[in-house]
Amino acid sequence: MKVITGNDLKTGAVIWWDGRGWSIHVEDAADAGDGGEQILAVEDAACRVNGGYVIEAERGLDGKVRPAHIKDRIRALGPTVRPDLTLKPADPDAGSWVI
Amino acid sequence: MYKYDHYDQAMVDARVADFRDQTRRRIAGQMTDDQFKPLRLKNGLYLQLHAYMLRIAIPYGTLDSRQLRKLAHIARTYDRGYGHFTTRQNLQFHWIKLEQAPDILAELAEVEMHCIQTSGESIRNISADHYAGAAADEIMDPRPWAEMLRQMTSFHPEFSYLPRKFKICVIAAEEDRAAMRWHDFGLRIVKNEAGEVGFEVYPGGGMGRTPFIAYKSADFVPQHQIFSYLQAVLRVWNRHARRDNIHKQRMKILVHELGEEEFTRQVEEAFEHILRLGTDFPQAEYDRIAAYFEPPAFETGLRDEIDRSDPDFAVWLDQNVAAHKAPGYAIANISLKPIRGIGGDITAEQMEVVADLAERYSFDELRVAHTQNLVLPHVRKQDLYAVWQALRGAGLADANLDLVTDIIACPGLDYCSLANARSIPVAQKIAERFADPARQHDLGELKIKISGCINACGHHHAGHIGILGVDRKGTENYQLLLGGSGDEHTTQAKITGPGFDEDGIVDAVERAVEHYRTIRESGERFIDTYRRVGMDGFKEAIYG
Ligand code: HEM
Ligand code: SF4
Repeated sequence: MKVITGNDLKTGAVIWWDGRGWSIHVEDAADAGDGGEQILAVEDAACRVNGGYVIEAERGLDGKVRPAHIKDRIRALGPTVRPDLTLKPADPDAGSWVI
Repeated sequence: MYKYDHYDQAMVDARVADFRDQTRRRIAGQMTDDQFKPLRLKNGLYLQLHAYMLRIAIPYGTLDSRQLRKLAHIARTYDRGYGHFTTRQNLQFHWIKLEQAPDILAELAEVEMHCIQTSGESIRNISADHYAGAAADEIMDPRPWAEMLRQMTSFHPEFSYLPRKFKICVIAAEEDRAAMRWHDFGLRIVKNEAGEVGFEVYPGGGMGRTPFIAYKSADFVPQHQIFSYLQAVLRVWNRHARRDNIHKQRMKILVHELGEEEFTRQVEEAFEHILRLGTDFPQAEYDRIAAYFEPPAFETGLRDEIDRSDPDFAVWLDQNVAAHKAPGYAIANISLKPIRGIGGDITAEQMEVVADLAERYSFDELRVAHTQNLVLPHVRKQDLYAVWQALRGAGLADANLDLVTDIIACPGLDYCSLANARSIPVAQKIAERFADPARQHDLGELKIKISGCINACGHHHAGHIGILGVDRKGTENYQLLLGGSGDEHTTQAKITGPGFDEDGIVDAVERAVEHYRTIRESGERFIDTYRRVGMDGFKEAIYG
């Protein structure tokens, strides 16, 4: 699947296109098919995203979206060396998803 | 310490106001990202993996307690409670919001700090020996010259559209503690036979994907001609540099392509011309600046003996404390490399502890070292025990300066959008492997430096052991290098062979270190043994 990501213009937070708007949770990411660049052009012009790009991802057996590249998995979670600063601070195993 | 005059303050304040307006317009949609990006970069604001990143200049690595407390306040109020010191003596915050960035710049301006020229094709923050003004072996304090050059090059129109970034470093001792020859323009203050002060000049160094060690272009430039000489170097580069390929625009590439001799010839020609224009600093201006760097009022008649009865303190004393030029004083290094910590990271609370210590025990001064550690430059020997106790209470008393666990590591793929691989976890695993203090001390000075990509922010080219993260078909892979250094015998590390995965690289480092331990001769550091025996034996030990 193809997923759209970028950073929130004002806060810099990593965001994912969920089909209608932007979410900070990769789990919400929608398959953008071939429409990614078009959606990005609109969202960029409306200042709702900064530095947006389209990535490859797959939906795992658990139904969760997993970006193909490690860099985007780290973006999705947070720094692997600071579990307390990730989106899943209570899950000690969260980092294993990245590798 | 230098204090802003009203020109400095007005310039910095005006920049804050400009940036506030630019940010407002960007958020209101009146500017595209392509238009805004160069403006934010001019103020050190990058977009990184998880947020914006703000790089704050710390001129020649000198800070006072008021400034460090302000950084602590910013960490707590606008970031996530910590900051990261870099190999260029700067501080980075990794969780900045664009909408708050102008407020942060305004807060920094209140304490004479800014982010100007911390990015882009400009003359970057000028670095210096972190023992400046304190070292027993220095000819003079190099910081007045660094400050003069900072003033002469800030917003200088001829240097506003350089082909690429330009990094200057000034030292004033035989021992190079600042990796001077890895800079675009390295200066060493020397005295000639007549006792006059001048500069040895080393242009053309740099790391990144094409590393070069700076060469010596002049043995002695009289002190009051140094700005002319710098202008000459910049002019030759500005005139001839390529501007069509970002990877070939650093000055080191031009020096390499023209050859050292021809580059020097052209610089000397330009130097002669510029000298006649009379743009160097007058003595009065030098005196005005130098007055800010007058040594503090050191007490006399202090005792030199230190009570070593606490064995943990004695270990720290031997490892982290260096000789000071004033009797009864010492230089105390604060390691930011706790085992299992993140090298160079410091929490807001720790910043406040260090600020208090600087104020109380070090004439309100502290320094940032390129090794991502801090320094209290002027501590009375009789106060060292109290300083150590306070540091220990804040988790800042690791006695590992220059040892195998004092690792330089860039933020790598945990934070940096240019990274191929993570640096910090590798540093942590190596540190854990060698955590035993007895083992570390037995191994002695050993500098490991890790970069998450070819840009070499983690100085892997200059590591006794260097590690470079590469992307191998989408997985993290690490190359091992040996034999680099950033000291007065600067050398470039060489790649040992095929790369390793994350656990493999830790084992490979250990094999290299154990090989050293087996074959070292008495008194040899890792780098000495490597230089004596060369790569082959190490290679065999590493790859079997
Ligand atoms: C996280 C954001 C960062 C970005 C985007 C970044 C970008 C870069 C780039 C593109 C280069 C290569 C320049 C060239 O070869 O022309 C470079 C080099 C360098 N950076 Fe960074 N860097 C970052 C963080 C850091 C940090 C955290 C440090 C210190 C730990 C650092 C210190 C350096 C140094 C020392 C060099 C080598 C200088 C040389 O080539 O002479 N940078 N950086
Ligand atoms: S070396 Fe590469 S990965 Fe590390 S901070 Fe520099 S640009 Fe980022």
